[in-house]
Amino acid sequence: MSDTQQYAIDRFSPASRIAAVAALVLIIALACGPWWAGRADMRLLSELFLYMALASLWNLLAGYAGLVSVGQQAFVGFGGYCLFAMTMFFGIPPLMAIPVAGVAGALISIPVAFLIFRLRGAYFAIGTWVIAEVFRLSAAQISALGGGSGTSLPVTIVKSIASSRALREAASYWMALAILVVVLAIVCLLLRSRRGLALTAIRDNELASQSLGIDIWRAKFFVYVLTGGLTAAVGALIFLQKLRISPDAAFSVNDWTAFVIFIVVIGGIGTIEGPIVGTIIFFLLRETLADLGALYLMILGLVAIVIMLRAPKGIWGFVRQKTDLDLFALSRRVVTRKKHQSSHANEDNKGEPHEPQTT
Amino acid sequence: MSDGFLEIDALSSYYGDFQALFDVSMQVGEGEVVAVIGANGAGKTTLMRSITGLLSNEAAMVRYRGQAIGGLRADQIATLGLSMVPEGRQLFPSLSVEENLIIGGQIGRRGPWGLEAVYRLFPVLKERRSQQSTSLSGGQQQMVAIGRALMANPDLLLFDEISLGLAPIIIKTIYEALPGIIGGGMSAIIVEQDITRAINVSHRVYCLQEGRVSLEGSSKTVSREAISNAYFGV
Repeated sequence: MSDTQQYAIDRFSPASRIAAVAALVLIIALACGPWWAGRADMRLLSELFLYMALASLWNLLAGYAGLVSVGQQAFVGFGGYCLFAMTMFFGIPPLMAIPVAGVAGALISIPVAFLIFRLRGAYFAIGTWVIAEVFRLSAAQISALGGGSGTSLPVTIVKSIASSRALREAASYWMALAILVVVLAIVCLLLRSRRGLALTAIRDNELASQSLGIDIWRAKFFVYVLTGGLTAAVGALIFLQKLRISPDAAFSVNDWTAFVIFIVVIGGIGTIEGPIVGTIIFFLLRETLADLGALYLMILGLVAIVIMLRAPKGIWGFVRQKTDLDLFALSRRVVTRKKHQSSHANEDNKGEPHEPQTT
Repeated sequence: MSDGFLEIDALSSYYGDFQALFDVSMQVGEGEVVAVIGANGAGKTTLMRSITGLLSNEAAMVRYRGQAIGGLRADQIATLGLSMVPEGRQLFPSLSVEENLIIGGQIGRRGPWGLEAVYRLFPVLKERRSQQSTSLSGGQQQMVAIGRALMANPDLLLFDEISLGLAPIIIKTIYEALPGIIGGGMSAIIVEQDITRAINVSHRVYCLQEGRVSLEGSSKTVSREAISNAYFGV
């Protein structure tokens, strides 16, 4: 190679630099939501933020750690019930109860992990669902929280968030935005770290990463506990906004897992952008088609089938394949620092023979 | 010869009910290069997988520096300083060349090998460091696999089918790089189909046939005829 160039490793591409600035502007604009958005819009946006957070977490679990769980509703519901129990029985302020629910979710996910990590593939998926059902049935036994029919959050607790209704709605909107930003930041930082590299390696080839000294069990365990905790925190916030909880709503496989999987699959599994794109598409479909009733669900299914057939890596996977866009600056790339001359630096090795590849 | 560096003692390996190795015994000394030859299905890859823990064994069947490692997991064995260049390379397709190398170094053993040293050994990898590993030619992929194993700074390097599926000119390049790798006192086990190359590069040679050691000897003195007898079992 010529000495006229120096190489440096840079994670940021021009696109991801622009995206980082745009994201910051967008977050600030969204944070000002209470001043420009109506009540209904804010409620819709909050819900969108919370779904985006759930989808990002499920994507981390399934798309990076290869843990295809269909039982994450266990943690959503657990977080919700934690919030209700802590605020109603122990008088913990709701804002405090959200992180505490997250910690509790992480703690409960530890014994769950020991149990279900013995299972592989489809058995693992079924196992997670069974665990979620056990959670649901257990919640129905808590008579102090209304048993099978559930309970509402007492008015005094609701009013303790903020005195006026407008302020309460703003607070709940900001919390949803904040938790989304926190979740995305954690996922992003994790994947950029050495641990994230190991996770990607495990996803690509378990045997090879194991023989390079990566403790696969520990890496997956870490991701499972992390997503369990964060999912519980998101769940706590979801039910703080709903103000009412029941076992069927809290541990609904449809609401907290099926829709989330739909979002991640159409958006693009195994990419950070995928769940974001997927959530937006899901909400666009829902808002425009929800009046159609059962037909709406059939259209959702059709969309999922078409995307899985035409673009198996989801919409974002399709976009990236065509454009090489990378908005979150995860992969390292080489940038050439030009000194005097440039261009023909890469020509030298073009003539090298490329023998057929066998594996 | 037997200084207790790596000792394999009456190793038997199974895939379910199928027995692939029968009472295989083998020693590798510190700084020694051992070649393992044998026909397809003789058990060479099984032997590599048993040593590196990808197949589990009874603890005492594999001893490394006096420690019984036969029952350890692959990742635990890797941290002890055994590193493998696997058959078919097994690179991580969604990682770049450099990320593949970094993964190899993540167990954090100290030693002479790092990104710069690997790039000195295979300069072409430096030019391609940001490319996806699967976009490389087969030979370059093999270089990444070797570099990735070296990044762990192993004391024992295992090459499984070092030249399988590569063009002759690439095989030559890789063999020319070998002294630079194992010249530093690293021990190595090289699985190779090409008997001449295997003998030239190694101190001792083992031949496997149908899961049993059919020949063991010094690479300098072993005769061609003895090898072909051991190889084909005639």
